[in-house]
Amino acid sequence: MFAAFDNFPSLLIWLPLVAGVLSFFIKKEGAPRNISLLSSILSLAIVIASLLFSGQQHSALNQVSYIWIPDLGSSFGFILDGLTKILCLLTAIVFPLVLLIINKDEYKNSNAFYGLLMLTQCGLMGVFMATDALVFYFFWELALIPVYFLSSIWGGEKRIKATFKFFIYTFIGSLFLLIGILYLYLKTPHQSFNLAAFYNLRLSAPEQHWLFFLFFIAFAIKMPIFPLHTWQPDAYEQAPKPVTMIMSSIMVKMGVFGLIRWLLPLFPLAIKDYNTGIILLITVGMIYASLIAIYQDSIKRLIAYSSIAHIGLMAAGIFSLTEVALEGVILQMFNHGINIVALWIAADFLEKQTGVTKISQLGGVAQKAPKLTIFLVIAAMANIALPLTNAFVGEFTIFNGLYKFNPWLAALAGVSIILSAVYTLNMIKNIFYGELVPATTDVKDIGRTHILVFSIITLLVFVVGIYPSPIFKIIQESTAMVLNKYGSL
Amino acid sequence: MNTIIFSALWGVLMMYVGFIVKKQKSATAFAIVGLIVLLVVNWLEYAGVSIFSIDLQGMLRYNRLSLVFNLVIIFSTLVYFLLSGSDIEKFGKSSSDYYALIFFILTGISIIAGFQSLLMLFIGIEIISIPLYILAGSEKNNLKSNEAALKYFLMGAFSTGIMLMGIAFLYGDAGTFYLEGINLGLGKITPMLAVGMVLLMAAMSFKVSAAPFHFWTPDVYDGTPTVFTSFMATIVKAAGFFAFFRLFENAFGNLHADWEILIAVIATLTLIIGNVTAVFQQSIKRMLSYSSIAQAGFMLLGVFALNIFAKQGLVLYFAAYSLATLGIFAVLAKFKDHSIEAFNGFAKQYPLIGFSMLICILSLAGIPLTAGFFAKYYMLIAVIKYGKMFWLVIVGILCAAISVYYYFKLVQAIYFKEAAQREEVVFTRSFELIMLANAILIIILGIHPNWLMALLYM
Repeated sequence: MFAAFDNFPSLLIWLPLVAGVLSFFIKKEGAPRNISLLSSILSLAIVIASLLFSGQQHSALNQVSYIWIPDLGSSFGFILDGLTKILCLLTAIVFPLVLLIINKDEYKNSNAFYGLLMLTQCGLMGVFMATDALVFYFFWELALIPVYFLSSIWGGEKRIKATFKFFIYTFIGSLFLLIGILYLYLKTPHQSFNLAAFYNLRLSAPEQHWLFFLFFIAFAIKMPIFPLHTWQPDAYEQAPKPVTMIMSSIMVKMGVFGLIRWLLPLFPLAIKDYNTGIILLITVGMIYASLIAIYQDSIKRLIAYSSIAHIGLMAAGIFSLTEVALEGVILQMFNHGINIVALWIAADFLEKQTGVTKISQLGGVAQKAPKLTIFLVIAAMANIALPLTNAFVGEFTIFNGLYKFNPWLAALAGVSIILSAVYTLNMIKNIFYGELVPATTDVKDIGRTHILVFSIITLLVFVVGIYPSPIFKIIQESTAMVLNKYGSL
Repeated sequence: MNTIIFSALWGVLMMYVGFIVKKQKSATAFAIVGLIVLLVVNWLEYAGVSIFSIDLQGMLRYNRLSLVFNLVIIFSTLVYFLLSGSDIEKFGKSSSDYYALIFFILTGISIIAGFQSLLMLFIGIEIISIPLYILAGSEKNNLKSNEAALKYFLMGAFSTGIMLMGIAFLYGDAGTFYLEGINLGLGKITPMLAVGMVLLMAAMSFKVSAAPFHFWTPDVYDGTPTVFTSFMATIVKAAGFFAFFRLFENAFGNLHADWEILIAVIATLTLIIGNVTAVFQQSIKRMLSYSSIAQAGFMLLGVFALNIFAKQGLVLYFAAYSLATLGIFAVLAKFKDHSIEAFNGFAKQYPLIGFSMLICILSLAGIPLTAGFFAKYYMLIAVIKYGKMFWLVIVGILCAAISVYYYFKLVQAIYFKEAAQREEVVFTRSFELIMLANAILIIILGIHPNWLMALLYM
């Protein structure tokens, strides 16, 4: 009966693609927005259906593959397994939320704007589901290009420079990735790009060492990991808000995802050698980013640096090579994606209301906008991983694994969590409490759309925070496989 | 064989058309009909129907690769006429002369497509070059155009001389002009053979503007009227590469291991010099001429690898590179000011043309979803499959990264900068549609390159 669900993966690619191309050609006011919204809600429905109907048979049902370029041994292969399902779910949830909070006439040439947004979604879904390295690379770039245009056309004052920096960073990273992929392709017995063929490779230790860096740099730039993070605050600050949300919530996960799906299973020998050093680097970066975040006066930059710290924790969890941490990381990817969207929406709302982006120029918003305050405080609590919230489950699990790996490093990483409480609570205090200032005297509370969006996010925060086991069950579909090469080492 | 005769015939007809028909538009129409005829006869030959049968003593032989190459060339020329026909009409009293010259060039290219003897190579290259010298100098009142023509002529004559000397050495060693004859005789390298081969390599590098023989390119491309630069930089260059590839495959294939390092060095130099210099250019036309050098570096990787992937990839590369460059030049030819700033805010004024140009630029930069991605990709794969000198792949990829920088400067100007003062140019509806069709074709090739490459095996 559910044979039609075979095509889950390809539908998730086609839907946004068609919607995107369609919106480009529709000049009618408001229509592109509706098309995008419809397509993103349909995507969500498809992802949920795939979660419901294909649990038992595991991934066999959710795999498709079309022959693409036979001479090169490449085929359009997609899969929906545990890891992918979580990320697709995140993508499918975040897109409608982001689309909902965009005002009707906020952006000129809205047809191109929505078209590019939908193409981004198509690229992201492709990255998460690809089982073929060439297809993976293809979508990896495809997700980047629309974002480049979105930010450069509709971004802030310094958009061109900031976005170009972002573009060049990631593009160079992805070229490294391409070199690595080509080398591995050459090594496969029948010269194919298939993921399974890559997994079966037996690479010597020196090979693994330099290949590791090719892949790692590409993913590290995307996440970003200190010291490759310098593009991020500028890009987040200059990009239009919906794009910033997509970037910080989903696009950075491409890097984390890459580590789990590609790096970890491919280069076990190299990772065994490097992981302690990399975790140390990451934890230093986390503390560094958190310290900078404390001194930020711009809300956007604060969120950007906080994101570096949180993503760093995920990367550290991955390199701890424990199954517990890995499960935590995958869950946390989802949680972070949801929570950070809430922070951005609030920041966006405040900016539109007051015209101010500096924390020091705001104050007393709670008196004027109590609803916003409640929602944002919840999101902030989730951001610093208070118990009962989703991030607590995720980060606790990561720390659990990290502690097993090395208690000292875990303690060091823990410092950044404490620091994150410092800057997040500071921000809440300065913006929402205290005296009203000139900029905030006319603030109105959030409207119905925002209440809806925030309620969905809050619901997710608590549901995952209190009852995470169904999600863990999905995650476990794929975590064991990722680490099975490490058992014998 | 069909295309050689028909293109020569049509060239002669074109000249008479100049006397009979007074309207320039009809000359263009007649030229376009001619290309369609060429496409048909080329297709007939592909299907196995040869209209003429002439005993050439095996000096010309057409295989699938030659015919598909011819197809790409003729098709690109068709795109070129459709896009730039109205600009060719603006030159001189009678545009039919220029069309005639271009048809003669096509004759030369058709000879190149099938040469099996060094003599045919020489004749083909000369038939291509001489009309080009005229085209380069066609803007008679412009000093730069005259300079370009003279420079091109001197350099061309010089490199042809080197080529003839190389051929003479080879003949002295092998006693034959036939490629197979030379290839069979290659047991070990004699000094005479080595000198001949290196001279030929240098001459071919001249023709395809590979470093360190590239110095003429920017000046000549810059001075030549933009409409003709477009033809020179794309179709003629592809022909040069095809000759390069065919010569080294058929005549020196057995010595591959001996000369591969030379080509590797030339390719590396070309890639680096072309890309790095392009970064500093202020004029789009000059930038594109350096970018054409850079692209030549990539195509040289195909000559280096000399395997089946290189063959497929080169055909794709010719198509991808020609279509993209023709598109940009066609727009450029409509404007007098070629600085990058002059194109600020271009897309706001001309959204459709801006989008088509964007696709062309992305394709040149090798961004996925465009034909240029797979073209570059195949070149890299060809090197990888060849199995030696993996560092060439790394050089190629790093240079691709540099190229993104200067190509995207143009994208930034077109899309993100505030509109600049620029000459009022009205694009006709048909021009817009052809540009768009060109862009769509680039995307189609970027998603499914096999549709073109499968022709090699049908």
